[in-house]
This record gives sequence, structure tokens and C-alpha cells, in this order.
Amino acid sequence: MHELGIVSGILETVSRAARDAGALRVVAVTLRIGDMREVVPETLDFAWDVLSEDDDLMRGSVLRVEAVRPRSRCLSCGEEFEHDRFHVRCPACGSAETHLLAGRELEIVSMEVDLP
Amino acid sequence: MPERTINLEQPILSRNEQLAAELRARFAQTGTYVVNVLSSPGSGKSSTILATNERLRDRFGLRCAVIEGDIASDVDAQLMKEAGMPAIQINTGGLCHLEGNMIRQAVDALDEAIGLDAIDVIFIENVGNLVCPVDFDLGENLCVMILSVPEGDDKPLKYPGIFQHAGALLLNKIDVAPAFDFDRAGYNRVLDDLNPRAPRFEVSATKGEGMDAWSDWLAGQVRAARA
Repeated sequence: MHELGIVSGILETVSRAARDAGALRVVAVTLRIGDMREVVPETLDFAWDVLSEDDDLMRGSVLRVEAVRPRSRCLSCGEEFEHDRFHVRCPACGSAETHLLAGRELEIVSMEVDLP
Repeated sequence: MPERTINLEQPILSRNEQLAAELRARFAQTGTYVVNVLSSPGSGKSSTILATNERLRDRFGLRCAVIEGDIASDVDAQLMKEAGMPAIQINTGGLCHLEGNMIRQAVDALDEAIGLDAIDVIFIENVGNLVCPVDFDLGENLCVMILSVPEGDDKPLKYPGIFQHAGALLLNKIDVAPAFDFDRAGYNRVLDDLNPRAPRFEVSATKGEGMDAWSDWLAGQVRAARA
């Protein structure tokens, strides 16, 4: 249940950026979250609803999440492959020496705001 | 009313990641190797740290300290101090994991008390939890995950993130394995696909079984980090 901390971090960043841009209100915030992260989207939404209530600029805004499928490159044969959380070995040569290219993202992508 | 999209493109935990990078640079400067110890409550983090400290000290002359993370109390820090290890207790007051700012305060305290230069290895005993600590970098060199036999062989299937994230995997309380229905072959088979790179050690922290092999490997990692 560390989603509350994550959401307060997002709110801080977004709220500051919205004020800097002179926005009247924030409509939506888009996140990019890799499937290898320990983040539950439903819990994020809940924490967002609770915490964004306290900020005039953020109230009523919605979270959008772009999920990222894990992808790795094999350091032995060079194969690039998508995989699930449980199988990181190279499907082409079986090597364990692989490098994760995507799947651990935890990023704020953008926000939509109303401007005067 | 005009609507506009503003690109932000930044990590959500940017402040923690910044802190972790600063800590990592600081540890590199003083040659201090940091081990983030992860597990559920009761799987033997404290006894593993105590037994590892004995071996690193006696066999390799390494000086260890410990940062204890718990929701409340200082029982673990007292235990470590009684064993002669400098120890700093962090009480998270309910938070389910440690974050960089807490570690910075603890490291400042250690630095002031004995000097980071005088510490070869810091163990960070994270809050007992198989989920949340994974997402928070503390500037460590190594994350070690401890599973104990009574918890069951299915844990990597239920909590894949932490088993995948670990740079070393300890299976503790191996001395009581005969009393439990722990499928070692099945456990290892899942890890072969989930985290084939991390070395695995079967240990009994309290009885000593396997602790030399683990401590020797760790001492090798400490040496390699300094080379």
C-alpha cells in the first residue's frame, strides 16, 4: 500500500507544473507504468480521488495509465523479446543473461489542463 | 475554454531516485558496501545479519553496521548493538517500506557517530514486506531477498516482483525443512525463469548451515565493488 506515497508525489509535481502554466484546472494526468512494478492501478485511482480532493486545481481530475509490457534483450544472442513477469530467459537461446529494456517504468507522461 | 496537453515526462519517484543516486555516490566515495535486506516479517532478517556480520568480521576483517527499519520499537537495533554492531533504528510509524530520505538521516547519524570511512558494510534491514520496498531504491549495492522454509515454496509465484528484483536469494531455516512440505525443486524451477542470474543460497542463520558460502560470496562482492 505504497500507492498513497506515489500519488502524493505525482500530485506535487503536477500541481506545481499546472500553476506554472497558469492553468485553471487539471483535467487528466497520464502515467506510464511497467508491468514489473508493484503498483495496482485501482489503488492508485482510489488514492488519487482522496488526495486530489484537497487541491482546487486538481479536484475532479482523472488518472490515465499506459501499461508497458516487459521487453528484454538477450546479451548472448541479441534477441529482443516481450515476456511476462515470470519468464525473463531468452526464448531463442535460453540464456539467463538478459537486459530489461522496458517494464519498470513509473513515470508521469503528461497532463491535460484548462487554460484561461 | 482552451484545453492543452503539457508534457511532463519525468519519473514519479524522482525525488527518491535523486536521493538514492546521491547516497550511492557517497557510499562509493567512502568504500562502503550497502546491502538492502528484504523479506516478510519473521523470515530471519535479523539473525541472518547477525550471522553474516560474525563471518565478515572474523574471516575477512570487514566492519559492519546496520540500519534497522521497523514500523515501531527498537528491539532489533538493541539486538545488533549487543552483538557489537553500530546500529541506527528508523521507525517508519506505519509506512510499509524505507525511503531514501530516511536512509540519508540514518547514514548522517552513522557518519557522525563513527565515520562512514570506518564502515565497510551497511546492512539495511527493511520493513518486513514482500511488495512495497521493491519500488524504492535506497542507494544500495545489493538487494538480498530472504525466504524462509515455513513460508512455503509458492511465494515466488505470489510475489514475483521482489524475487525478480533481488541480486541474491537466501532460503533460510533450511534446518527445519524436513518438518515442512517445501518443494525445493519446484521453487528452484520458478526462479530459473523468474531470476536466473541471482545466486541462491540455502542457509540456516541460527544453526550456521550454508552461512559460510553466502558470507564468502558477499565478501567477494564487497571486494569487487572496491576494485
